[in-house]
Amino acid sequence: MKPIFLLRLLVIAGFIGFVEALCRIGIIDNFTMPPPSRIAADLARALASGKFNGPIRATLLNAALAFCLAVTVGITAAVVIHRLAALRTSLDPFFATYYAVPVLAFYPLLIILFGLGSAPKVIIAFMLGVVAVIVNTLNGLDRVPRVLLKSARMARMGWFATATQITLPSAAPFVLTGVKFAVAYALIGIIGSEFIMSTDGIGFEIAFAYNNFDNATMYPLIVLVMIISIIVNMLLSIWEKQLLERRGLR
Amino acid sequence: MSLTRIEILGPILVSVALLAIWQCAYWLIGDIALRSPGQTVRFAGELLSRPTFWPHLVETAKAFVAALAIASLLGLTIGLLLGLGKTAGDVFEPMLIALYSIPKVTLYPILLLSFGLGLSAKIAFGALHGFIPVALFTMNAARNVRPIFLKTGRVMKLSRWDVVRKIVFPAALPEIFTGLRVGFSLTMIGTVLGEMFASQRGLGYLLMNAIGLHHVDVIMAVTLMLVLFAAVISFALLAIDRHLHKRF
Repeated sequence: MKPIFLLRLLVIAGFIGFVEALCRIGIIDNFTMPPPSRIAADLARALASGKFNGPIRATLLNAALAFCLAVTVGITAAVVIHRLAALRTSLDPFFATYYAVPVLAFYPLLIILFGLGSAPKVIIAFMLGVVAVIVNTLNGLDRVPRVLLKSARMARMGWFATATQITLPSAAPFVLTGVKFAVAYALIGIIGSEFIMSTDGIGFEIAFAYNNFDNATMYPLIVLVMIISIIVNMLLSIWEKQLLERRGLR
Repeated sequence: MSLTRIEILGPILVSVALLAIWQCAYWLIGDIALRSPGQTVRFAGELLSRPTFWPHLVETAKAFVAALAIASLLGLTIGLLLGLGKTAGDVFEPMLIALYSIPKVTLYPILLLSFGLGLSAKIAFGALHGFIPVALFTMNAARNVRPIFLKTGRVMKLSRWDVVRKIVFPAALPEIFTGLRVGFSLTMIGTVLGEMFASQRGLGYLLMNAIGLHHVDVIMAVTLMLVLFAAVISFALLAIDRHLHKRF
């Protein structure tokens, strides 16, 4: 595992070095992209000055809100749908094609309905994430061992107690896969809608900088967004792997 | 493939329920921000008969088709290369997954600066979304080709290209098709998304332009068209996909 990791770092470092060289030689001119070293320096300066603390907080708060909504609604809906077989058969084709629909195309309609505030952004991010949570939770509920459910019946547990104490913990690794998607989609939804049309947030700042040809702000922010989402996704992947390994599933 | 009654009736009932919710929302909120399903369909028909609408549709279609072609070719090539070379696959797989889960919208300004404001930036952005699933699915499919097939190829002294063309590709076809299906959806999302930011033509531009003008009709009709197009095609692709997976 170690040499692979090293090789990956080498590839990334080589890529960054290559871009740096292209920028320095002038094949990529500075109006298009400043050299990576300068982007890093600009990013450090921007973060130290604190002028982006507000937008970063706005983006992360909205993403957290959308994420919490998607997870609570998604898990609750999955538990209900799992109990109603007919409803599940009816909804399955919709789940299967859901992610083919460009959800962000609903953003203009939501702006008209709710105004240009946090609400349409949170709804978009929620809509992106909730179905992934539902589908993965259903998948996990399908795999709960029969014997656990029988034990629950023998202990005369009600359906709520069975759900919270038996089925959901048993389905946890699969639910976590859904949760992981919900995190990624919350960030994509919020930053995407901020970018298209908004009044605050990191996505808005990037769009604003683009419109003002302000590369010294735009590139550091793009890099910041990528770093934040890659770190969040990596942490969740590690947690998911540990959970699956403990169950002997991988 | 025989469907039970609930498998046919259920989805129809859900669709009717969705339409009913839409209609009720219209009665509740009114003309300021919504249109009824009937009005939206009628206006969509009217839009389609307007000559000024067609250039936008054609622009989006052109960008989408070009992006899809690039995404498929690029995805297949990368996927086969990474799937057949073990080390390369191990090195690049997490990078592809990371690229898949970051908000790619933020990369759009970079594409705009490199390609200029116009069709090619949109194509590049659509392809950027679409190639990742194609590459990931193709890579996994190429890795999972049964070793005995590859050994047979080696025994028959097939060239590397023939191994790919006559063994890996047919054996991996169902999985590759799944990748292309997901790639189709993501390419469309990318293309529309690109048009919604800094564009002068296309359906995405129409949507954004209509916010400022408060043209609720346009917003609802265009959204409906996009959603229906994506859903119908993806439904058809899903049917083919299931058929392919069953055959093998």
